[in-house]
Amino acid sequence: MREAIKLKGETGIWEMVIGLEIHAQVNCKSKLFSGSATDFGASPNSQVSYVDAAMPGMLPVINSEAVNQAIKTGHALNAKINNISIFDRKNYFYPDLPQGYQISQFKSPIVGEGWINIDLGKGEIKKIGIERLHLEQDAGKLMHDQHPRLSFVDLNRSGIPLMEIVSKPDMRDWEEAGAYLRKLRSIVRYIGSCDGNMDQGSLRCDANISVRRPGEEFGTRCELKNINSVKFMMKAVEFEAYRQIEIIENGGEVKQETRLYDPNKNETRSMRSKEEAHDYRYFPDPDLLPLNISNDRIEKYKDELPELPDQKRERFQKDYGLSFYDADVLTADKSYADFFEIVSKGRDAKFVANWVITNFFAMLNEVEKSIEESPVNAQQLGELFDLIQDGTISGRTAKDVFEEMFTNGGRANDIVEAKGLKQISNTDELESMAKKIIEDNSEQVSKYKNGNEKLFGWFVGQMMKNTGGTANPKVVNEILKTLLNK
Amino acid sequence: MTKISNLGVVETLKGLNKKDFSSVEVTKEYLQLIENEKKLNAYIHFNTEKSLSLAELSDERRAKNEALPLDGLPIAVKDIFCVKGERTSACSKILENFIPNYESTVTSKLWQAGGVYIGKTSMDEFAMGSSNETSYFGSVVNPWSKEEEKLVPGGSSGGSASAVAARLAPIALGTDTGGSIRQPASFCGTVGMKPTYGRCSRWGIIAFASSLDQAGPLTRSVQDSALILQNMAGFDNLDSTSVDIKVPNFLDSCSRSIKGMKIGIPKEYKINELSSEVENIWNEGIRWLQDAGAEIVEVKLPHTKYALPTYYIVAPAEASANLARYDGVKYGYRKEDIKDLEQMYSQTRAEGFGEEVKRRILIGTYVLSAGYYDAYYLRAQKVRTKIVEDFNLAFKNCDAILTPTAPTGAFKVGEKNMDPVTMYMNDVFTVPASLAGLPAISIPSGLDSNGYPLGLQLIGKGFDEETLFSVGTILEKSANFKSI
Amino acid sequence: MSLDKSTLERVAYLARIKIEDSEIEKMITELNNIMKWIEELNEVDVNNVKPMTGVSNNSLREREDEVNDGGYSDEIVSNAPEKIDNSFTVPKVIE
Repeated sequence: MREAIKLKGETGIWEMVIGLEIHAQVNCKSKLFSGSATDFGASPNSQVSYVDAAMPGMLPVINSEAVNQAIKTGHALNAKINNISIFDRKNYFYPDLPQGYQISQFKSPIVGEGWINIDLGKGEIKKIGIERLHLEQDAGKLMHDQHPRLSFVDLNRSGIPLMEIVSKPDMRDWEEAGAYLRKLRSIVRYIGSCDGNMDQGSLRCDANISVRRPGEEFGTRCELKNINSVKFMMKAVEFEAYRQIEIIENGGEVKQETRLYDPNKNETRSMRSKEEAHDYRYFPDPDLLPLNISNDRIEKYKDELPELPDQKRERFQKDYGLSFYDADVLTADKSYADFFEIVSKGRDAKFVANWVITNFFAMLNEVEKSIEESPVNAQQLGELFDLIQDGTISGRTAKDVFEEMFTNGGRANDIVEAKGLKQISNTDELESMAKKIIEDNSEQVSKYKNGNEKLFGWFVGQMMKNTGGTANPKVVNEILKTLLNK
Repeated sequence: MTKISNLGVVETLKGLNKKDFSSVEVTKEYLQLIENEKKLNAYIHFNTEKSLSLAELSDERRAKNEALPLDGLPIAVKDIFCVKGERTSACSKILENFIPNYESTVTSKLWQAGGVYIGKTSMDEFAMGSSNETSYFGSVVNPWSKEEEKLVPGGSSGGSASAVAARLAPIALGTDTGGSIRQPASFCGTVGMKPTYGRCSRWGIIAFASSLDQAGPLTRSVQDSALILQNMAGFDNLDSTSVDIKVPNFLDSCSRSIKGMKIGIPKEYKINELSSEVENIWNEGIRWLQDAGAEIVEVKLPHTKYALPTYYIVAPAEASANLARYDGVKYGYRKEDIKDLEQMYSQTRAEGFGEEVKRRILIGTYVLSAGYYDAYYLRAQKVRTKIVEDFNLAFKNCDAILTPTAPTGAFKVGEKNMDPVTMYMNDVFTVPASLAGLPAISIPSGLDSNGYPLGLQLIGKGFDEETLFSVGTILEKSANFKSI
Repeated sequence: MSLDKSTLERVAYLARIKIEDSEIEKMITELNNIMKWIEELNEVDVNNVKPMTGVSNNSLREREDEVNDGGYSDEIVSNAPEKIDNSFTVPKVIE
């Protein structure tokens, strides 16, 4: 069993208690309560309807697709979908909130309790509870650096549908929190309810964290906001845990508050603007009736649910004979899994898995590209593998060809042809070449025969040099062994 | 020839069809009358050019025999309806210069039916009031006032009621949240119809209390009311609370017999505040309906006395959220020379809203706030359920309920605005139907000892406005009410 | 329950309505009169009564996920008391 990370303070050992609230932008063409677009990066207030700008007399009408996506996501979280849920108004003033209230769900969310498994490495799994999932509107955006005295308000995000997914406080260190966030991101991407893009803010994370002596009651928690990557979330949690321990160990008390994570300074700081006692005065939005979801509708989306990461991983292990690790890596994202399945079709799956993980993913990582942006697609990579498989090129050459394909484009076959990289497997040709090398280098031959076996590699090198690296290493080895040991 | 302004909706349309007069002539006459009667302060905004050009277009259609159902009919609009390109302020300083770039569904339907926009009528600020004294643009005068005493027209649709009574429009639009169409209709001697909640779209109407607000017409006759409602009503997919139900032919229902109908009389409406004159008219109304063949039955509405306190929790609570959007950011008034955001909010709203509006926002905020929600808001919504159940039971036994519209006739300007609770009592008979979302109509039925109008209210089953028009026509005929 | 000065100040803050010191006394009296009258509701037995959440019994109607609105930023900001280009502006917010 993996032990959660415990922190050592001046006075002893501390344990972390972490819960995450994730805001996932629901994958919809239009907003939660209006028909304006949800695309990223449009010019200020260009994707705003009179409803989104809270013009007098405007009324909300709910987007059916947002409801469907919430149902789907609820199923993927093994959660209960509620037949009746209610939209409430959450009242507060802020310039990015045009109505003066956010339409959200408070007492009766669309999705109730559920759970997901997170992977802690080495095949170990931990179950994390889901408290609820509810639908709500996003707020607009404030920009502070345009003007010395003024903040600018852009309402393009106002009304974008969000799913707020609240976990139970089941995570005990930042590794678990990281694994949870990655898994949740993977799940919503699998079912297509959110694109999971943290850079563009389609997936945002708030972390609730407290510390305690192992086994004791929960301590006072702080909420960390503004976290836009898994890495920063983990760092923010770590910083905050140490901050709280230091306060307690110095005889202080942790104040329950909202704190902002600053990735540049790697620290959290109190958000003074949000410090005033909140009283959101939630009440059912009288512009909207209770949302009734029939059992048929709930079941329909259950039946249509695609294969989820856990199921896919198990299938990959079983059907392709992959290790837990390889299957886990390949199913972490649906795009990886889809890519793998295309490439491995009719090919040696274990070989493909290994090659894709060690070479292809490494290359994507290096250039910071997603699989969708990869210049080499699954089809093309498959063609390269075929050349290895049928002995046309060596594994070593394949890496060079792949680099060429990745950097300058082109099909594997064409590159091999153009650069004359075709492997020489012709035994006669290689044998006469080997004979000549042995004849020309009698000194090396006698050294080798006298026991300097390292020189075998020198002979292989000569063969490769003569063939520009295209000699089939297996064949070369066999020929040299036979000739030299005569 | 009769003066055009003496004609109601139906007669005006007849005259237009017979080419007795043109729409431009009708429009010009009304605009002139409005000018002459400026002292009533019923209207706060016009666009003469727009009105005349609409009238011209209407005349062109009629000339081509393409006349629409309401073609050429001038329509006055309560300042709570957003009319594209026209100042729409809900009679509040905070929206003083707001010009919507969109048109409310109800007005849009009326323009599509050929109606001619004639101007915006005054109202209590954000529809919060029963006397039209909270309008940022000043009090409206009830045309029934005598020289020596200025009467209020009622509220909040006071400008609309005053305009129709004074023949400054054949019809005016109102909205009713707790009685805002019916009570001013009663005070001004006009017919005021609040349809079933969900019958008319709320889209584009500045919200006061979303679960209660309904648009409806103020007219001088029941059949005018029926014809206008016909053209206002209908499903709107932009309003989630709009109900997708067929709009019946309301005009037909005006001529239907009420023989054998059961009319409920709730004894709980005989409250201390009920004036004897109003009670007398009520008794007369009962007799008229009996004479027309209706059966009078007693019904029980035991939670009637709790309707008003319930309303004064629910409506302010909703309003406190609905009016949060007036924050000085996107439109409307913003206090200048402020040092920070908090000042911008609190001073903009302190100066932009009038006293009654602020009072209700504070009450609404209070009843929703932590620690008070259950005791006030939640309890009120439960009592509201009881009130609905009362009506459900009562309507098992009757087809419509007859009550007075208001406990008294019109009062003097300034008479009741010292004490809010006294003012709120005006709505005691109108609020229950609002809370239950039921249709209700006020019919002018007589005069008090000062010679001021009194109305009787009919409350119907949900989406049964037809019965109200049938019974209302009988009351109207029997009362033989003489408008000014 | 009676409404005192600190409650009024808290409520006024939540509602973002500045109240002058000179108005406070009068307002407390008025609001307490209203609240006292409202408390009649305590007489009603509401045990096992469901609170009303919608006037009609219908379910919430849903719309198709279509983009058919927006794209008129000029109109959105046309009534703004202060704007620069097509953004609303407010006194600088410190987050």
